Amino acid sequence: MVPILVNGKLQHIAPEATVADLLEQLKLNPKFLAVELNRHVVSRADHSRTRLSANDELEIVTLVGGG
Amino acid sequence: MNPLQVGTHELQSRLIVGTGKYATFELMRECLTISGADVITVAVRRERLVDAAGRNILDFIDLKRYTILPNTAGCFTADDAIRTARLGREILEGLENPGASWVKLEVLGDKKTLLPDPVATLEATRQLVADGFQVLCYTTDDPITARRLKDAGAASVMPAGSPIGSGQGILNPSNIRICLEYLKEGDPNYPVIVDAGVGTASDVAFAMELGCDGVLLNTAIASATNPAQMAEAMRLACQAGYLAARSGRIPRKLYATASSPETGLISPLR
Repeated sequence: MVPILVNGKLQHIAPEATVADLLEQLKLNPKFLAVELNRHVVSRADHSRTRLSANDELEIVTLVGGG
Repeated sequence: MNPLQVGTHELQSRLIVGTGKYATFELMRECLTISGADVITVAVRRERLVDAAGRNILDFIDLKRYTILPNTAGCFTADDAIRTARLGREILEGLENPGASWVKLEVLGDKKTLLPDPVATLEATRQLVADGFQVLCYTTDDPITARRLKDAGAASVMPAGSPIGSGQGILNPSNIRICLEYLKEGDPNYPVIVDAGVGTASDVAFAMELGCDGVLLNTAIASATNPAQMAEAMRLACQAGYLAARSGRIPRKLYATASSPETGLISPLR
């Protein structure tokens, strides 16, 4: 297993796992989400072909109430 | 009311309302409906990585009806605001909402006042415009900063009436007037929206009477004792102010002018 940082928390994924695999592992529906990998947005079309590496830093965000 | 053009977006309502601070999503949905707004603001935040059936705000927003305006609230650097804007755009593109093309830019200077950092806001505006965003800038009521933001390509400059959530209304109408003069010079349709500080209906009416094109508010409705009723008050105030601003108000005079005839009075008692 490979360590990565997701929203500031340590997670472990299988080697060669993609962004799509990670979302599935976290049971997150990509519909309301956006993913940033090492400070660059990964568009939804690229989730299944973007592979993650050890010590990658991800932000997974959604929309919330705000002004 | 004529529609308001902001960049490529045509707003039927000149009241833009936020979605934060509501006690429940159901109450938020009701207040949004009553307010008559067709643009609503949201924030971008980390997904809570719990696999509970956590309800998402988007389950309570009709994405066909509302144009979402994502903000960069909580960002204190240009870089963080730009990253946040791009993430918001990514979500809205996926949802096929027209709000993907714009952002409400906030780059804050400190936590106590939530006043904008004008230097970082200007820098972020430049970069976001270059990245294809229509940028609606939250800024202070300083006319010079307002002009610089417009020159940097902002689709709308949105001066604060008073600090965010403070409910103090428009503290410096003179500055707002100068902002309007500078921003609309040779460009009368350039949209100027008061963003932040509204407390009650008269603040909205006053902003519109000053000649602003719209008002953006959140706390004034969401934290009112009766939010649904306040939402209606704000909708009516926006319309009232818009109409009054275009109706040629009478001048202020020091002394009275009778409104009843001065002739034909009955004989006074002696």
